[in-house]
Order: sequence, then structure tokens, then C-alpha cells
Amino acid sequence: MKQGKLEKKRQPRLEKVAGNGLLSRRHLLGLGLGGAGLAMSQAVMGQDAGLKLEIPGWSKTPGPGPSAYGSASSHVGLERQSGFGNPLYPGGGASRSPLQHLQGTITPNSLHFERHHAGVPDIDPAGHKLVINGLVRQPLVFDYEDLLKYTMVSRIYFLECSGNSGALLYGGNPDGTAQSLHGLVSCAEWTGIPISTLLEEAGVLPEARWIAAVGADAASMGRSVPLNKAMDDSMLALFQNGEPVRPEQGYPMRLFNPGWEGNTSVKWLTQIKVTREPAQFRDETSKYTDTMPDRKSLQFTFPMDVKSLITSPSGQMSVTRNGVYRVNGIAWSGSGSIRRVEVSADGGSTWADALIDSQQLDKALTRFSIPWQWDGSPAVLQSRATDSAGNVQPTREAVIAAKGTINRYHNPCIQSWGVSPSGEVTNVYA
Amino acid sequence: MYTPRKLISALALAGFCSAVFVSSAQESVRLGTPVSEADLAGFDLIAEPSGVGFPSGSGTAAQGKTIFESRCAACHGLNGEGNSAATVIVGGDMQSEDTPLRTVGSYWPYASTVFDFIRRAMPADAPKSLSDEEAYQVAAYVLYLNGLVGENEVLNAETLPQIRMPNADGFIDQSDIQ
Repeated sequence: MKQGKLEKKRQPRLEKVAGNGLLSRRHLLGLGLGGAGLAMSQAVMGQDAGLKLEIPGWSKTPGPGPSAYGSASSHVGLERQSGFGNPLYPGGGASRSPLQHLQGTITPNSLHFERHHAGVPDIDPAGHKLVINGLVRQPLVFDYEDLLKYTMVSRIYFLECSGNSGALLYGGNPDGTAQSLHGLVSCAEWTGIPISTLLEEAGVLPEARWIAAVGADAASMGRSVPLNKAMDDSMLALFQNGEPVRPEQGYPMRLFNPGWEGNTSVKWLTQIKVTREPAQFRDETSKYTDTMPDRKSLQFTFPMDVKSLITSPSGQMSVTRNGVYRVNGIAWSGSGSIRRVEVSADGGSTWADALIDSQQLDKALTRFSIPWQWDGSPAVLQSRATDSAGNVQPTREAVIAAKGTINRYHNPCIQSWGVSPSGEVTNVYA
Repeated sequence: MYTPRKLISALALAGFCSAVFVSSAQESVRLGTPVSEADLAGFDLIAEPSGVGFPSGSGTAAQGKTIFESRCAACHGLNGEGNSAATVIVGGDMQSEDTPLRTVGSYWPYASTVFDFIRRAMPADAPKSLSDEEAYQVAAYVLYLNGLVGENEVLNAETLPQIRMPNADGFIDQSDIQ
């Protein structure tokens, strides 16, 4: 190591861009910080730590050979977090992605969030059928093996449950984490057949306006989707990050409606009925409807709002020593791509633009970061995203003012993480 | 689709090769097997507000009481009072309560949904175990518990979808916002 040269680099004049320690993005690039929540103390970096390095044991013994289906390192214990099961509601429930421990923008298949209404069916693809009927010239039935022969497209899209982040509207949850509060969002590369291809094969009749999509789970969960979305970018997804869609995500096939409320992307898809009007399924009337303060309820609220959150540091983490941290997180929008993410360290009084670390794909997670120098004083970290349609992520106060608190769906509000003088990070409301 | 070989070569040189092949593949693969709506009668469970998709058969609340008490009451209570906020299916007032209790009677906009959901998803521990006749009977009983039909009112494909729900005007369709 050329100690002297690095020494010089380690003493940059810290360029502050907003209150309470937010630094110019160039400090991230210049310092080459990596890893989630990694603290880089200028003083420590400049000293010889006196480490005597030796060859570790694993470099002296051959390891096991190739495996049939790989798994994560035994030193990495990432898990989805499930809520409490209800014995009277078999298979219902959700599990949440460990957002605070992930980097980049793609969610590993084993960690993709889940939401089931009657459990995960064990479907033999040889016995699974996809029916298209209703207002079509010729009702059709498709076999899995035949569907694999169609031309497919691959797209990277986020998927978010419209109940995600709803807990923030209740208040409380001081122990909340990025996972427990916001873990009902994930992002994957989905490969499949445009729904328009299959609908055109059946021949949609002129009076058609909607499709009713039904899954093959025990609840036969159904959702209605406007025909123009189905003909635009909806997909029959057969592959998830390159492998067949996981059972929890709808194996052998699911509907995927990019950018829309996750529940509309019906899993285990077995029927598309082309209709004139919505079918008015239970999960688009009794559930997934948003009751406003005037007691009218919004129905068919489809695109997910522009949203972001800081995943590191975040709830239940701690910042252990004064220094420069790589504050980073994810942003997404159901209405386009992420154009801008701003970060505040003083509870929203002042803001600075974050660096966008990933591709800014349409309707996909986008990673952002910004260097932040913590000097031991209290801080409130927030992020605020703007999408390509010009939508700006609102404050919690604005969401409650506009939509009240009867409704728990579609809450895109800014997340506030409080940092105490002792370095503990908790969910706060600012 | 027939594409002259010379044209393909010319397009390939121009960099349009993959576009041509994708287009021709989409037009050539048509592997759906024709099926009749009659053959889907036992498969298509969608019962629409218009009445489309409702099966033959009928039922009354009086007939549904016994089935409800044996198959539904463990979760929904003998009188629909439920054993949790998620399973209560009677009561509630959208206008007067601070956080209104949203039930079949106070919230659901369409009676068709009651039948559709019972037939496809209930009882939760044995979905689709009720016959169409029993689904009509249980739907009638749930509507009766909510004071929306009489005990001996016959519900069928014609009468059930026409029941007007108290919160029918309580919803605003947002589907034009895409």
C-alpha cells in the first residue's frame, strides 16, 4: 500500500450539502465506501492499526464440491419475517423481505415477500390449465408446456402489496424495522408472455372492457383488471429471476401487472374471463378498498405511489461511532422511473440530492445513497423520492390530511428514522 | 408468415434481424385449445353483479341456518358477530362510527359478491365443499343476518344479484387513473 498517497485522500475537506452532516455525494465516490451502514472514521483510517494478518484456516483445507441447488452462506442468516398465523384462516398471511440487509435492487427469490389468501397450492404443472373465456371469439385453454413455446419478454419490476407501510398510519411501532414496516415490497426480473398475445389469440370482442383474473389457490382469489392495462404491459409471468416462478409467487404461472397494487397480479393464474364490467370480487370490494374521511371508499386504486425509504441505517440498527456513513435505501414508483431522491438528516428542514447507485428502470427498485457525517448529536433521517411523472413522495402528515386514518392501504409516506445520541436508530414520526 | 429470404438478409444487415424473428414467432405460435363455455360450467365460478355466471338452484335463509351453524359459526359466530375483527359479518355503520366496522351489511356494495365469495372461498378450511344449492342457502342466511332479506325469501340467479346493498353508493371507481 502506498500509505502516503492514501493519507492525502483520507483528509478531504468535507463539503456539506444539507443540515446535520449530509455531505456531498462526491465523498462517497472519493472514499469508495462500500457495504451497508459502514462507518468510516477519518481518524481511524489514517492510523496503522497494527494488524498482523495470517492465512485463515479455510485457505488450508479443500471445501465441499459443487451442489445441486445452491444456498446462501451459513454465515448469512437472512429470513423473511412472518406475522402471526391464524388457525381459523389456514394458509393466510404475509411474510416480509429483510430490506435492511439487502443491497442492489433485485430481491432473491427465497426472500421475496409473500401474501397468501388461502396458502400456497402444490400445483403439478401437467394438471394446471389456463382458461381464457367470456367476451372472446373463441374460448381457449392453455397447457403449461405449450405456453413455454411462446415468445417471452423479460422485465425487471417491483411488486408491492398495497397494505405495505400501512402500520405507519397507526403511529406507534417504535421497534419497527425496514422489514417489519415496509417489507411487503420486492423486485425481480419477470419473464413471460404478454397477456395481449394470449387475448389476441382468443379474439377480444369489441364490447369488452375488463378481465377477471382467478387463481388456482384454495380461495380461487380473483381480481378485475381493466382491459387496456391487460393489453398494454400485463404479463403471464412464468419465470422469476431466471428460474420457474416460485410456488409462493404463483408457480406455475402468475399474472403480473407492472407498477400496480400487488394483489392484482393474481398468482397461480388459471382463468382470465373477459368481461364488460368488473366482477366485483371480495378482494376488490370488501378488501383492497380505501375508505376516506367522508366514508366514501376508493375502489380500483391501481398504480402504487412514488415511494422511498432509507434501509441503512434503519430501525433497530445502531451507528456505533462518529464518522461518515453511507446512508442508502430504495425508491420506486408505479407511475414510471425514479428521477430524484433527496435525503434529510434534520427531520425534513433541509434536503440534499442523493446519488443514484443503480439503473433507474421503469417500475423497478432504484438504489440511492448519500454520505452522512454523524457527530453524535440527535438526527432524523428521511428520504423523499420524485418519479418521472413528477410525483413527489408526501409526508405522513400530508397523507393523513388527504386520506385520513380509516384506510390503511396505499400509504407512500416519508419514513423517519431517529438517531439518538447513543446511536440507536428507531422508527419516529417527524 | 412468409418473409422473402432476401428481405431477411437486408434487414439483418440493417440491424433489424431480431425484430423480424420476434414478430414472425408471435404470429406463428397459437397453441390454445378451443373449449366451449358449456364445458367450462364446472370451472368458471365467477358470479357477476349483472347475474352472469350464477348457477341454477336456489336457497332461503331458513334453509341456510343449519349449514351456517355447523360450517361457518366457528369463525363468524352463530349470529355473524365473528370471533375477531376479521370475521364479523354483521353490524357496523359507515356514517356514525369514528372507525366504522366494515361488514357485509355496512360495507359490501354488491350482493353478488356474497354468493361469489362463499362459493369460491368458504368455508376457509374446506373451500368449494358447498354445493351450489348450499351456497345460495348460506348466502341467503348471511344476508338475512344483516336484515337484507326475509327468512323465507328465495334467492336464485335472478333474485340474489338484485338485492340492493346499503353501501352500494359508497364507492368511487378510480380505475381511470392508470
